[in-house]
Amino acid sequence: MTAPVATAAPPPSAASGSLLSKLEIDVRMLGMLAALAVIWIGFDILSGGVFLTPRNLWNLSVQTASVAVMATGMVLVIVTRNIDLSVGAILGVVGMIIGVAQVQWLPAYLGLEHWLTAPLAVLIALVAGGLIGLFQGWLIAYLGIPSFIVTLGGLLVWRGAAWWVTTGQTVAPMDTRFKAFGGGVEGALGATTTWIIAAVACGLIIVGLGLTRRRRLRFGFPVRPGWGDAVIAVVACGAVLATAAIFNAYPMPMGSARTWAEARGIAWPEGGLFISQGVALPVLIAIVVGLVMTFIATRRRFGRYVFAIGGNPEAAELSGINTRWTLMKVFGLMGLLCGISACISTARLNAATNAAGTLDELYVIASAVIGGTSLAGGIGTIAGAMLGALVMQSLQSGMVLLGVDTPLQNIVVGAVLVLAVWVDSLYRRRIK
Amino acid sequence: MHTNGTTPLVEMRNISIAFGGIKAVDGVSVDLRPGEVVGLLGHNGAGKSTLIKILSGAYRPDAGEIYVNGEHADIATPRDAKRYGIETIYQTLALADNIDAAGNIFLGREVLTPYGTLDDATMEAETRKVMARLNPHFRRFKEPVKALSGGQRQSVAIARAIYFNARVLIMDEPTAALGPAETQQVADLVLQLKKEGIGIFLISHDIHDVFGLADRVSVMKNGKLVGSANVQDVTQDEVLGMIILGKCPPGATPGPGAS
Repeated sequence: MTAPVATAAPPPSAASGSLLSKLEIDVRMLGMLAALAVIWIGFDILSGGVFLTPRNLWNLSVQTASVAVMATGMVLVIVTRNIDLSVGAILGVVGMIIGVAQVQWLPAYLGLEHWLTAPLAVLIALVAGGLIGLFQGWLIAYLGIPSFIVTLGGLLVWRGAAWWVTTGQTVAPMDTRFKAFGGGVEGALGATTTWIIAAVACGLIIVGLGLTRRRRLRFGFPVRPGWGDAVIAVVACGAVLATAAIFNAYPMPMGSARTWAEARGIAWPEGGLFISQGVALPVLIAIVVGLVMTFIATRRRFGRYVFAIGGNPEAAELSGINTRWTLMKVFGLMGLLCGISACISTARLNAATNAAGTLDELYVIASAVIGGTSLAGGIGTIAGAMLGALVMQSLQSGMVLLGVDTPLQNIVVGAVLVLAVWVDSLYRRRIK
Repeated sequence: MHTNGTTPLVEMRNISIAFGGIKAVDGVSVDLRPGEVVGLLGHNGAGKSTLIKILSGAYRPDAGEIYVNGEHADIATPRDAKRYGIETIYQTLALADNIDAAGNIFLGREVLTPYGTLDDATMEAETRKVMARLNPHFRRFKEPVKALSGGQRQSVAIARAIYFNARVLIMDEPTAALGPAETQQVADLVLQLKKEGIGIFLISHDIHDVFGLADRVSVMKNGKLVGSANVQDVTQDEVLGMIILGKCPPGATPGPGAS
């Protein structure tokens, strides 16, 4: 009596609804992309065509990476109705630890510039960040201390601890291989690698769309029209290839290119060489983190529990979910991501300072919120938060290009944050 | 208390629990047999919901024991209760509003693919089947349950309880938020499940609801059991007397709370 129901029912979305609902595209996300386009084009006009150059966009992508990585974790934290104010301070202390590890501890055993230094430093960063996060998560989930207080305390404690590691001395320079995590000449992956990554990404998009479609058809669920899937595939692959092309259009600076060529025994011609930077390693890391976090949030049981806890903590508990352990893992994951960001920003600066990551907590929270994460909990997407990070960074570097004073930059960023949340709340009220 | 030979599906013996010095449930014993509907009656604050939350694993009792099929059962968490086949439809429905119907029905018991990812397609297909039985007009499978009407939300909560082959079903004020047609639907469902041999605890403060459906009633007042009775042995007025005055009529078995 039940089997034919699914197929007999007319697909409700196909019968009514606009083009967007037919394609099942998130309208909010489209709005954010539109806002980003306005910001980019606006700055490009105001700066006389400097903003939309491969060079500026490449730099923008590298500058966004660290905050974007942490924003993916902040989404899950905020979705569970919590907050983490300590991410910048965790980044600071982990950065100091791996700085000292590379400059003092590891060379004592391995010697300077050993190939193991960089992987070990990353491992230390992940473990240190993860443990700090788990510890804070334990205080929040099992001792019942509000996350606002635990992480406010954490902000002070870990910032102080960052100073304590070297009693305030800056540690530099970093291991050469480690510097790749910051982008720059060491971390530029080059044209060929970039094209290969882009091609693989396009392949995955097409295969993913196809598999989803086949699965829904097998169960007799309504699917997008075939042309809809085709449009999405073309747009998504086009975006990937365009991004790759932009990254590849930015050449290495002459000096670096010359060193690069000499190291490979290539003759240096009179007019110089055009050697593409390609995608920067930190940007690739941020993209991979975004994909993995999206997978965790939407395809894994853990992610489902995180959203259930945010939607109704009591219901989650009554469903038999171990809400405390889930919450502790959310903060552990946040700490782990701070560890990754610590690698990126320490490598980019080529130095570990106890002030690294100052105010990052605010940028990370702002990115998540601009990206549509609801502070009431239960709602948020990883992609939105990363886009939010890109919007924030675009505003900031655009204003730097225009020579806007720092205090005014802060005023604009703050105002945009409030405006974005207001517009979002209007949108949500309208669709209700 | 009446015994008709069969081992009770569930027996709660001398259950007590206190919150901050106030005994919410004090030495209460109730039992339930296969295919039986037991109405649990009492004023707001009489301790019905608390007693039932102990059975569903939400609270741990300070004293007393629970037996399932005659064997001692240790129910410490909601997960334990579900393992014994005890499912609960809470008064608040306990739905995560931001998640769709399938996500709620399978919450905590998700179907996974061989790769350990959520098998949303299978869960949606199963949801379509169970919802077709409960609420054939239900179409909004992809929307968060926040967008659903009261009756639709109720059917999602019921679907969650019956999908996993419950042997004991606890319904806490199941019709409080429903209109007359939907109330009738729930009543039909109770009778159908009873026929399948499921034991049902029906909690309500509306005596008319309970009298139409229950085989027996147990009445609580101020955390204590006033008494239990077969519905044919007592009148509605007598049961009202139990609820309001704590007075146990001759047709009922008195409990510790009888005055």
